Amino acid sequence: MTVAASQADARVAALRAGDERAFAQLVDAHTAGMRRLALSIVRNAAVADEVVQEAWLGVLRGLERFESRASLKTWIFRIVANTAKTRAERESRSVPFSTFESEAAEDEPSVDPSRFRNPRFPGGWARFPEPWEKLEATETRDVIAAAIEALPPAQRLVISLRDVEGWPPDEVCNVLELSESNQRVLLHRARSKVRAALERHLEGA
Amino acid sequence: MSTTELTCQELVELVTEYLEDVLTPEDRARFDRHLALCPGCVTYVDQFRETISLTGALREDDVAPTARDELLAQFRHWKRDGA
Repeated sequence: MTVAASQADARVAALRAGDERAFAQLVDAHTAGMRRLALSIVRNAAVADEVVQEAWLGVLRGLERFESRASLKTWIFRIVANTAKTRAERESRSVPFSTFESEAAEDEPSVDPSRFRNPRFPGGWARFPEPWEKLEATETRDVIAAAIEALPPAQRLVISLRDVEGWPPDEVCNVLELSESNQRVLLHRARSKVRAALERHLEGA
Repeated sequence: MSTTELTCQELVELVTEYLEDVLTPEDRARFDRHLALCPGCVTYVDQFRETISLTGALREDDVAPTARDELLAQFRHWKRDGA
């Protein structure tokens, strides 16, 4: 067993024994991250807070069954993701989250195919993209936020975790129970659309 | 994938794989060869990188976790009642 796994086991044992300090440490270490994850899924601060509360209850209830094959953090974040998805599907008008695979399977070009109608080089740029001037984050913020908001749910969630929150790819895969390749496809679609939105904004300005 | 050179239209589909360094060595080499000859795709990849970095600026500061005391109370309750 690795050192990390045996430390996790010791922590889980302390929690099971009702050690409040161990629980307080866990709450302090993860509540903020859990809230961000919940917010990425439910898109509403009050609902995200409720999801976090509900997820903590799920953690307490599930503690007896926890097996240390997954890390404690991954396990907790999966409970958050599942709680939040259930909430999002129950109350919103949005498409259900069961669409991870189907969203990844759809074939969508990253760039409008009409941009590649080059008479001399098939599949080449008809006109090169214009280099961007140095952009300030303050001026692009609203454009990017709106572009992310408009994405299908799975793409929106993956780009929020990867590029807004800065999660590493394996963590996104583990918590959302996504394959690496689907994770990458969803991320690429999302990034391509955000880039296109910035381009439209800059050329329109 | 074939051994022919990439078109611009093919390259734009591979940028995330390129940046995450998961292309096969052959595909990575084709990608680099294309970039060496195509200023349009160099601009595109720059814009893609810029997009990723600007997206990172959307991260907001954490709000103070208000529910800590409530959670600890729940924990005590759970411990007492086993519920």
